[in-house]
Amino acid sequence: MTSTTETGTKSVAEEQTGGETVSAHAYHAAGAPPNAAAHGQQHPLRLYFAVWILLFVLSGCSYAVDYFNFQGYLRWTLIIIFMLLKAGAIVAVFMHMAWERLALVTAILLPPLAVLVFMTTMAVEGHYTYFLRQIFFGPGS
Amino acid sequence: MTAEPVTTTDHQAPPRPEGFAGALADWSSDQRSFKTASWRKTMMWIFLVSDTFIFSCFLISYMTVRVSTTVEWPNPSEIFALEIGGKKIPLILIAIMTFDLITSSGTMALAVNYAYARQRRAAAILMALTAVIGAAFVGMQAFEWTTLIHEGVRPWSNPFGAPQFGSCFFMITGFHGFHVSIGVIALLVIARNVWRGDYETGRRSPLSHRRGDYEIVEVMGLYWHFVDLVWVFIFAFFYLW
Repeated sequence: MTSTTETGTKSVAEEQTGGETVSAHAYHAAGAPPNAAAHGQQHPLRLYFAVWILLFVLSGCSYAVDYFNFQGYLRWTLIIIFMLLKAGAIVAVFMHMAWERLALVTAILLPPLAVLVFMTTMAVEGHYTYFLRQIFFGPGS
Repeated sequence: MTAEPVTTTDHQAPPRPEGFAGALADWSSDQRSFKTASWRKTMMWIFLVSDTFIFSCFLISYMTVRVSTTVEWPNPSEIFALEIGGKKIPLILIAIMTFDLITSSGTMALAVNYAYARQRRAAAILMALTAVIGAAFVGMQAFEWTTLIHEGVRPWSNPFGAPQFGSCFFMITGFHGFHVSIGVIALLVIARNVWRGDYETGRRSPLSHRRGDYEIVEVMGLYWHFVDLVWVFIFAFFYLW
């Protein structure tokens, strides 16, 4: 473990001082990722179990929304809240996003936000199609 | 590892800045941008982002056809109900599948932890267990498909309402089930490698000339958690909405 830690530190040091190509090549050729062995996403098992239970509870809540047959805005709000909480817990803890550097976090999490724009335009488009169908074909077509 | 240069103490890099200043520093001056993520982890994340767009397109298409149809949308709560003990419980099969997938995510997270702790037997067993639970998910999905096809649901029509229901259902759940199936196969392959100790002896796989290491378990975990993540959205938008 000690030697891997040292090489990890060394590689970063090399990069800083302009020896980037050589050292980057060296550790990739050796098959050792830069800091994975040194840091290695290791976290207390208690945290994983806590998130695991949280996901169970949130899924139970989602299911309860359907079981107790909530309708309208209450239903949609609850579904979205439980969905986002579950997604957040999975990405942050299980996928270790909470411990990554911000450069990676922004590169991965910001682009999917463009989907919201697409979703909005398609919602407008869908309602427009519905409106036309109502006018020209009448209900039931 | 022998190719590594010798470490000298007078050659330490200053600590990199954190937060927003850190992100700017990492992206600038023609360096490798992702300082703590190896290329395989970075590439898995980039693949997952592209996969996010694919599933987003499916879900947005589903939203568009559901919003624009003038025919009533079938109620998934009734369609996916199961009769247990003479009582019809709404959406129960989907709830079981959800809990099943979450359980597999938990065992995967533990497997990653044990792999980094160099407890390879525990890691391999947990990965195999993850694969078994994942296979159970695919099995339940096969049951769900069979039931619906017997009830007359087709990609172009169904007896419950809007015909678009069938095409959305088969496309979205089919693509997700395909992801789970691929994940199960990959899990079994890597579990075998971990069990055999490939990442300690430096044995090369037929697919790569490089020696693997335990980080592959974490990268595998990223894929598996993503499959669970996609299900969270499918569960919310397709089954509950």
